[in-house]
Amino acid sequence: MKTTMTIPSPGRKALAFPYILWMIGFTIIPLALIFVFGLTDRNGAFTLANVAAIARPDHAKALSRALLLSLVSTVICLLLAFPLCMILRGRRLGTGSFVVFIFILPMWMNFLLRTFAWQTLLEKKGVINGILGAMHLGSIRIINTPEAMIFGMVYNFLPFMVLPIYNTLCKIDDSLIDAAHDLGADFFQTLLRVFVPLCVPGIVSGITMVFVPALTTFVISDILGGGKILLIGNVIEGEFTRSSNWNLGAGLSLVLMVFILISMAALSFFDKNGEGTAF
Amino acid sequence: MKKNFRTRILVLLLAAASAFPTAACGSGTPQNGAASASDDGAAADGDNVLYVYNWGEYIGDGVVEQFEKETGIRVVYDTFQTNEEMYPIIEAGAIRYDVVCPSDYIIQKMIRNDMLYPIDWDKVPNISNIDEKYMKKSEAFDPGNRYSVPYCWGTIGILYNTSLVSPQDTPDSWNALWDEKYSDNILMLDSVRDTFMVAEKLLGYDVNTTDEKQLEACRDLLIRQKPLVQAYVVDQVRDKMIGGEAAMAMIYSGELLYVQECLEEAGSPYVLKYVIPKEGSNVWIDSWVIPKNARHKENAEKWLNFLCRAEIAKENFEYITYPTPNRAAFELLDPDIRNNREVFPDDADLEKCSVFEYLGTAGDELYDTMWNEVKAY
Repeated sequence: MKTTMTIPSPGRKALAFPYILWMIGFTIIPLALIFVFGLTDRNGAFTLANVAAIARPDHAKALSRALLLSLVSTVICLLLAFPLCMILRGRRLGTGSFVVFIFILPMWMNFLLRTFAWQTLLEKKGVINGILGAMHLGSIRIINTPEAMIFGMVYNFLPFMVLPIYNTLCKIDDSLIDAAHDLGADFFQTLLRVFVPLCVPGIVSGITMVFVPALTTFVISDILGGGKILLIGNVIEGEFTRSSNWNLGAGLSLVLMVFILISMAALSFFDKNGEGTAF
Repeated sequence: MKKNFRTRILVLLLAAASAFPTAACGSGTPQNGAASASDDGAAADGDNVLYVYNWGEYIGDGVVEQFEKETGIRVVYDTFQTNEEMYPIIEAGAIRYDVVCPSDYIIQKMIRNDMLYPIDWDKVPNISNIDEKYMKKSEAFDPGNRYSVPYCWGTIGILYNTSLVSPQDTPDSWNALWDEKYSDNILMLDSVRDTFMVAEKLLGYDVNTTDEKQLEACRDLLIRQKPLVQAYVVDQVRDKMIGGEAAMAMIYSGELLYVQECLEEAGSPYVLKYVIPKEGSNVWIDSWVIPKNARHKENAEKWLNFLCRAEIAKENFEYITYPTPNRAAFELLDPDIRNNREVFPDDADLEKCSVFEYLGTAGDELYDTMWNEVKAY
């Protein structure tokens, strides 16, 4: 006799209660508030001005800069993560291995602290320049540039690209690879026609998990960009904290949400089974 | 069909349940006492409580305890980081603080919005310890000195590193921050009003101007400076200057003693000096006020009187290191510090320093837009 754990129907529904409560309290109500604030002015009257404000030159520039930087860092993350995952897979280490653990380890420490650490490392009189100077190797000038921000994004978000890709790669059956080789495919053919197509869900999930936080970040640009290079995230954060113009901040958030939805729609086109989408 | 109906009922119930605590919060009786002032202790303690809302690290060690011991009043003490964070909390009145310490222009906004009690000066005799000068400066935001007790004040100026700035370039004007020789060696404050103040002083405008043409000129001046600026920062100015990252920086005068102490302890080879540029600067005052929704006004006045006492003000100064407006406390200080013109500039230095005023919502928005244009450039 087979026994499975079945909970009687009414009890099962009761178990969903906390999750529904959670969703209403922390997703639906806040989202509704963003819509309410974004589509009204300070007096509560309906307006589209907050959303249209994205066309202002300073906002448009911040948005396009954020799109560019997050795109570049997503591509870099992908180019770094995929070969790495191939190597890890080739070593047959398994998900619980020490090497994978090492990649995840930095995520245990606070993200802000790690970014501040990079500031100290990259500064003019920072640790790296100190070492270079001691060896008479000149110095690097990277802090407070867009390059430093891309560096910070890649550093912080790389694990989010590595993990999903590695998981899908590990799930690929060895017999498929053997079959490809038997049929005369060389390494690159196997890579492009077996590994990559099978890995699409992982890649899609990785891209979303890197692109979205990179697009919306304001901390990395503040710490590594010296407050000189404004991203759309900084503009929104400023409206909420310094200018206390919540309506404008919410309106711009709505625009940003549209861009995120567009990117996710584009990605789901490649991942038709929806296996990899993070949401 | 039936199932659907039941789900809908459940959702409705949930919505009602989740709306309930929100509504309760709004009416001023928070449910959980995470923040110390959230528990409604007034009923239990009768009138012997005082809810204090102050900046972080803005009071001497043991001052609160001494007040409690002397008066038998239990103090509930909370802190905030920025004026902008504090204001909506007082406005909403969910936690009814009895005494708060905002800055000048916010006090003006609170007065304009009828949020403050006039202070009964008979209950605060120690107010006579506060230098007349600062009472007069306070009139810029509190006409007639009805609502506020000055607590700390300071200026904004240029902090420079004597080993990185050659002697003939020793700054005495805000123009020093536009000197191309120091490209990538200049730090500016990431703070709208403060940074625009520099451009306004250079162009000879009023620091409280809301004239669009003038602000555009300021914006263009700041955009011209941007390639020379290493970073726009606030709290990091101290550490970056101590570390020798930059030659010159805009800084609040109150940070000076701390910075110099750090350098001394580290045995640093260079010295950091502070100057108020000749074009003038901003002088700011943080003062204590009593919000209209306070429930312990008499205790609040006892608190104000206590803080104005010379020894207490001295203790506070030694901890905070921001200049004290308390004349009696000033006279108790070491002559070394008293004669430190960087910390306590004399009247001539202050002559051209102006106080910020509240600009209204439209004015604030204009500044923010211009500042975003500088930063996005």
